[in-house]
Amino acid sequence: MSNAAAAAFPPPPRQPDSSQVVALRNVTISFDGPPVLQDVTFSVAPGETRILLGPAGVGKSVLLKTIIGLVRPQTGSIVLFGEEITSMSEEKLFPLRSRAGIVFQEGALFDSLSVRDNVAYQLIQEGVPDEEIDTRVREALSFVGLKETFSLFPPSLSGGMRRRVAIARALIHNPELILYDSPTGGLDPVTSTTIIELIIKQRDVSGTPSVLVTHRLQDAFTLCNHRFDPEQDRMVPLPAGQTNPNTTFLMLEEGRLIFDGSLDELLHSPNSFVREFLE
Amino acid sequence: MAIKRIDRTARQIVLTIQEYSLFAGRAMLNLFRPPIYWTDFLMQSDIIGVGSVPIVILSGFFTGGVLALQSAATLSEFGATAVTGQFVSLTMIRELGAVLTGIMVAGRNASSMASELGSMVVTEQIDAMRALGVDPMRKLVTPRIFASITMLLLLTIVADAFGILGGAAVTVFLNHQDATQYFHMAYERLHFPDILQGLVKPLFFGYILGSIGCFYGMRTTGGTEGVGRSTISAVVNSSVLIIAVDFLITHVLLSIFPT
Repeated sequence: MSNAAAAAFPPPPRQPDSSQVVALRNVTISFDGPPVLQDVTFSVAPGETRILLGPAGVGKSVLLKTIIGLVRPQTGSIVLFGEEITSMSEEKLFPLRSRAGIVFQEGALFDSLSVRDNVAYQLIQEGVPDEEIDTRVREALSFVGLKETFSLFPPSLSGGMRRRVAIARALIHNPELILYDSPTGGLDPVTSTTIIELIIKQRDVSGTPSVLVTHRLQDAFTLCNHRFDPEQDRMVPLPAGQTNPNTTFLMLEEGRLIFDGSLDELLHSPNSFVREFLE
Repeated sequence: MAIKRIDRTARQIVLTIQEYSLFAGRAMLNLFRPPIYWTDFLMQSDIIGVGSVPIVILSGFFTGGVLALQSAATLSEFGATAVTGQFVSLTMIRELGAVLTGIMVAGRNASSMASELGSMVVTEQIDAMRALGVDPMRKLVTPRIFASITMLLLLTIVADAFGILGGAAVTVFLNHQDATQYFHMAYERLHFPDILQGLVKPLFFGYILGSIGCFYGMRTTGGTEGVGRSTISAVVNSSVLIIAVDFLITHVLLSIFPT
């Protein structure tokens, strides 16, 4: 099949089922204009990491927010943790959302709160005792290598540190699903590698399903061909030719999902947009 | 083309009013439904109430002084300078204390609410709060509105008191009249409907400035430029609405308690 034909007839996406952590079916969203997302269908299975690729402005962040009901679709259905949330009221959604963790593009830390209070935000709202909060915050901060920032305020942190604090905030509640929105966007290569290593660590140590939005192929490939080695306490490359079977790819083009598959399928996709993006 | 533009603007206005009504109604209902964030209410009361005391004292004092100056000049033509105290106290308590405080506090706090919440929206902090399972309406909006209502009531009383003191200062030190006579007239002619009018208005004005400040903040779009637009809209609309609602309340109260 030629590239043009492949673009015109994309392969059918995997059909979601109710055993999935997340299942979107034919989701369409628009904001006073052409659709931002059009007929998007995909799912996230337990233990699976989905990497959502695409250039800037194709609707990746909107799709991520749609998964936990921060943005509501005009048509289609969303199932989160086995519950249909498409038209669920905001009040009923709060407890469901708190079972997921999300890392926003710029961290979205609360500037007026200390790092301790940011990371512990959910625990404070639940009325967890202060001693337990301090212990759990220190654990979460040491997981992301920022134990020393406990009493600092977000404006005094660098961009990379803010993202790592945001990761700690997302992980402190032991979420059943983690969503990362361009966690390495705008960061230098060294800091980006540190963040990707944390994501790999979380994936391999806890096996938490996740969706990661990025436009950086290097990060996506690193996630696919590395694993976390607990003995060395760092990520190590998988043997040549091996990839993580639970890490798969999605690609958006102008709000449409044009690819859903493994790294191997991505690299051999006949779709002209995919090929252009990879090149 | 012009008709299309008018049509679009009219729709926009109707949509904004509808959204504001739903927003303000939901915020109002949250005042009576748990969870109520008392700590946030106290913090906002400190920011809105204590923080506004200096501007309220100064504006109240000088407004009272100006009232005494202007009224004494006119009243002297009729040989009625003795009623300066009555004039100042009635005007401050029934009208100017509440309106002036409402507009001053709107300028200071509706703008700060709109810019603070607007910045939180554009930096995704509001989304983060929702994602962490906390309702921003309850956590951010309701405490601000509740604090605006209670603090504006107290600030109006402060403005009234300092307005009467400002009038007294002018009467005694510039117009060289008797202080006892001033305060006697200021107190003697005050009746329950006058005080009621002065204390009912700030409840409405506080609700207006709090809800409009939060409303424009929470619907901010378009980055930092959008935050600026929200701030302007919050101050302009809350000030105008305060004056418009003042007219309506005065009209209703005067029909209930005719002078």
